[in-house]
Amino acid sequence: MAAVRERPTSPHLTIWRWGPGMAVSIIHRISGAGLSVVGLALLTWWLMAIAGGQEAYSTLAGMTSRWYGLVVLVGLTWAFFQHLFSGIRHLVMDTGMGFELKANKAGAIATILGSIAATALLWAYWMGAFK
Amino acid sequence: MSLGDSASDVGKVRGLGSARAGGTDWLAERVSSVALLLLGAWFLASLLFLPKLDQRTLVEWLRSAAGAVPMALFVIVGFWHAVDGLKQAVDDYVHGEVGRWFVNTLILFVAVAGASLCLFALGKIAFGAAA
Repeated sequence: MAAVRERPTSPHLTIWRWGPGMAVSIIHRISGAGLSVVGLALLTWWLMAIAGGQEAYSTLAGMTSRWYGLVVLVGLTWAFFQHLFSGIRHLVMDTGMGFELKANKAGAIATILGSIAATALLWAYWMGAFK
Repeated sequence: MSLGDSASDVGKVRGLGSARAGGTDWLAERVSSVALLLLGAWFLASLLFLPKLDQRTLVEWLRSAAGAVPMALFVIVGFWHAVDGLKQAVDDYVHGEVGRWFVNTLILFVAVAGASLCLFALGKIAFGAAA
């Protein structure tokens, strides 16, 4: 008969010492949850609106030019890139690479800088800055 | 030893090691993440390079196999990955077997409903009468 011990539980935000590695790990979860809930809800709404016809679509499209619509879209774009870059970092780390303190920290910071840069570039392009 | 049974013999005696089906979930999440790497890039590139994002253009795009098929895959894999990812957070932070089961099942139901709505919309666009 196994001597059953309490399974270890995950530590909450409060007990970590803040640093790039833990911040990116937590942001990975938050951005993932954001994409899952807000992103997929919007994707569903968007596809239903396209299927619904011109009128249904213009209701949704009209909102994306308002300030709150832009906040959601820019936020989702950033969450997408952050989760993407951080996800790639996780796949690399799954192979056992990048656990040395310096490389790990540099990788974490790179995902943040990368996601901000990619979001800024994409929206600059979208807003017609390069035309 | 299956992926879902990754505890060592000592770990089993101590009641530690794999939380039942963890290994399979872990791998499935990585496989879907690699698929989303491709599909997400495709989705973003499509939005960037479509001539316009009005309803007529989008319908035309989603009536073609080149639009509809990757979009259907993006929806399916996206919701799948979201369920896997949210489950990880729920398993870590919702304590108690019953609560955990309830929240995870609720997420699964909502995700299946959302994905079904998306696929219905895509079917309607692709197979419906031309606008």
